[in-house]
Amino acid sequence: MGMNTQGRPTRMAGNIAPDNLATGGYADTISGSRGLDQAEALIFERGAMDRCGVDLPEPKGLKTRLGGQERKGEIGLPGLAEPETMRHYVRLSRKNYAIDLGLYPLGSCTMKHNPRLNEKVARMPGFADVHPLQPASTVQGAYQLMGELSHWLMTLTNMPAVALSPKAGAHGEFCGMMAIRARLDADGESNRRRVLVPESAHGTNPATAVQCGFTVDEIPADKTGRVDMEAFKAKLGDDVAGIMLTNPNTCGLFERDIREIADLIHEAGGYFYCDGANFNAIVGRVRPGDLGVDAMHINLHKTFSTPHGGGGPGSGPTVLSEALAPYAPVPYVVENGKGGWELVEHMDDAEGDPFGRMAAFHGQMGMFTRALTYMMSHGSDGLKQVAEDAVLNANYIQARLSHVMTAAFEGTCMHEALFDDRFLKDTGVTTLDFAKAMIDEGYHPMTMYFPLVVHGAMLIEPTETESMSGLDRFIDVLEALATAAKEGDTDRFLAAPVHAPTKRLDETRAARQPVLRWTAPTDTVEAAE
Amino acid sequence: MLDAIGVASIDDLFTDVPEAARLDGLIDLPTKQGELQVERALSAMASRNIAASQAPFFVGAGAYKHHIPSTVDHLIQRSEFLTAYTPYQPEISQGTLQTLFEFQTQVALLTGMDVANASMYDGSTACAEAVMMAARVTRRNKAVMAGSVHPHYVEASQTLAKYSDVSISVTDAAPADLDAVIAEIDDTTACVVIQTPDIFGRLHDLREVSRIAHEKGALVIAVFTEAVSLGLVEAPGNMGADIAVGEGQSIGVGLNFGGPYVGLFACKNDRRFIRQMPGRLAGETIDADGRRGYVLTLSTREQHIRRDKATSNICTNAGLCSLAWTIHMTLLGEKGLTTLARLNHETACELADALGSIPGVEVVNDSFFNEFTLLLPKNADQVVNELAHVGVLGGVPASRLYPGRFENYLIVAATETNTPEDIAVFAKALAGVL
Repeated sequence: MGMNTQGRPTRMAGNIAPDNLATGGYADTISGSRGLDQAEALIFERGAMDRCGVDLPEPKGLKTRLGGQERKGEIGLPGLAEPETMRHYVRLSRKNYAIDLGLYPLGSCTMKHNPRLNEKVARMPGFADVHPLQPASTVQGAYQLMGELSHWLMTLTNMPAVALSPKAGAHGEFCGMMAIRARLDADGESNRRRVLVPESAHGTNPATAVQCGFTVDEIPADKTGRVDMEAFKAKLGDDVAGIMLTNPNTCGLFERDIREIADLIHEAGGYFYCDGANFNAIVGRVRPGDLGVDAMHINLHKTFSTPHGGGGPGSGPTVLSEALAPYAPVPYVVENGKGGWELVEHMDDAEGDPFGRMAAFHGQMGMFTRALTYMMSHGSDGLKQVAEDAVLNANYIQARLSHVMTAAFEGTCMHEALFDDRFLKDTGVTTLDFAKAMIDEGYHPMTMYFPLVVHGAMLIEPTETESMSGLDRFIDVLEALATAAKEGDTDRFLAAPVHAPTKRLDETRAARQPVLRWTAPTDTVEAAE
Repeated sequence: MLDAIGVASIDDLFTDVPEAARLDGLIDLPTKQGELQVERALSAMASRNIAASQAPFFVGAGAYKHHIPSTVDHLIQRSEFLTAYTPYQPEISQGTLQTLFEFQTQVALLTGMDVANASMYDGSTACAEAVMMAARVTRRNKAVMAGSVHPHYVEASQTLAKYSDVSISVTDAAPADLDAVIAEIDDTTACVVIQTPDIFGRLHDLREVSRIAHEKGALVIAVFTEAVSLGLVEAPGNMGADIAVGEGQSIGVGLNFGGPYVGLFACKNDRRFIRQMPGRLAGETIDADGRRGYVLTLSTREQHIRRDKATSNICTNAGLCSLAWTIHMTLLGEKGLTTLARLNHETACELADALGSIPGVEVVNDSFFNEFTLLLPKNADQVVNELAHVGVLGGVPASRLYPGRFENYLIVAATETNTPEDIAVFAKALAGVL
């Protein structure tokens, strides 16, 4: 407790407002706020049923034609006035970390700067205010945009076809694996049901394979962090449907034997699905089509910088080889030979044999506009530089930190630097503690405990949009933290974070006693007692 | 930087790439351009489309034109929301986590359910996931979908189920009353899937079908494509549905030519259900000081933990769209939502009267919310194109969704954005092209 210039205590004595805790506030102030760190209760605790922040005319009171289906009883949705709404969400926004606040080195997520021109273009009424089922003559620009985006994606990957409709990376995986399954079935290869997936793969890969009726067979990593070729070869057989391989892989390494892997899987009668989550490392420099890939999704929200939005929306266009192209899902756009575009949206109208439709309408148009804006801004030269700078930045981090932290594998990396927790051995500090201490230093932690093949993994992906001076500051902080851990300053880590909007949260309690929504407090007799 | 790394050039960092795949020069695409040039080029593309606000607009069938308050788009562009990722580090993600918790609560209240997840990609994929969840919960493998469920939703469900052991039977779309669905229910049925308002705009009472389905041990999945309808019509949870899924686009999210949208997914509070739900869930907990806070929870259902045994492969969801949805819903509140819903219904009633009085035009529906189907004396696809030529966006021909069928049927929607003048122009134009 300090004193102000009047000699009075600056903190209220005792627990003035213990109830603050229950609504997320601090106990040591009356209001629950601490200066700019403002407590903000749930809208259900702040709003009212008769409060509304939207101006609407009074209904006329016409007789309804609902066939007796009118709702009876209250819904229970409180509202807020416009200024209250603004404050509620602005206050909440301030409890979030974001790329626009600092380095966001979440490995495998490619948290790069999101140029605002993309937002401006996506909001042009000609894109944002257009219905997917308008007549073709009124949406030629939208079809053209989809056609242009397809051209860029196919050219950058050197692949002959692309399906635009997948709504995120995992949905794109589903698209590619469904195309493989459809092709195998068309060829009468009903015995091929085993899919090889490296242990280091994203969890979406095995989940997707199972969704397509395959079983998963894991391939171990070798000591360089890449596919163990002997183990891979031993697993090939006439029941193998294909391999799902991330390249560069989740250890941040390029699979050197990728051509041989592609050849071997093809010789064995299977197909090569490439998880394109890490395309940012090679865009403009390497074309997956030159590596023998049969299908690959591209996360527009990673490589092509559509904003991550707190967890979505994404977009996962999937490029396909000649062998799989006929099985691409509907819908897709084609040039009609009369200077215009048309949409093929029914299975019977398709030239090939589509495996189906993946979702309503035609894909994440709002992401297409942003991604094409980004591509056109960067061009083939700028995109190549994206990959180069992303790889340069990651290697700079790896090189400068390797003397205090332990790089998981020898040699240079691609776009992300992977460390393990050997440098924390016997310090009493875990990867989690280390990450939480980074929060106190004003940084978002790296991806933790993934990939699974590395103990206590810390996967750092700086992206190309960080400057050298920004990287230097980040490196200095990590270096000092690693040193502090080794010197026994464990309290700094175990208590962390102490400067975040909350202390560590009890995740076990959340899972054991799930509270998944707000419910009105029941009136109890306690108050009267 | 290269010195620190100990290499001579950038090329030295790409030596793991097989030589045959190393490109010498640039890929054959245009090189970089400035903001002005890019904006000009894309603006030209945008101007080749007719925006909904530029014409009398009556297109629905799964996506609806509504007014979105300016506050919504301003708030979702706050950097802290726009440029954050999945809240993996809860101590610095309370903004996203609390809004997800509020979103889940609002979705549960709106649908009359107990629990909702933190969103799916859209209504169609939410529907497909619900079918698979019902099969896991009941350990049965037959799903019955009403033919009046949006055909894209049916197709998305068939695609997801294609290589599973779940088979989907779809009842005939016409007359597509619930009797046909009820007739299909037997002891092997995992779920029945019914949309209300359905693709033709008709409303259905789910009570009877729910009673029969539950007697046979099957679950009821209620689908909606127009979330605003729930401000006026009975919630699926109050009519016996076990799972409610739908498209949230009409609240807070624009038309966007079909995406991104926001899938709503809610169910009853049954432990079996929650353990089998797809997607993320935000839950309440406390921090080390005892203060309330939120985390992602029950993630042992999800792919990043459970891998090949996960309930779904979904990872990225509709994040920012669910934020837009919850902000718009907060601005509306109970009073605003019920008023908005009534305005939609009244506008549709006036549109039905105006169009139904055109000689040869018949309103098919006995009941509707803000969308209904017309039987025309000529091909609806042709009518829609002729209307477009005179500057009216006059609905969706049913044959666009049911190829080769319902060729003279036109699905039209009206919302609070339609003025009396729009309706008069549409009626005059329709009479003119028939």
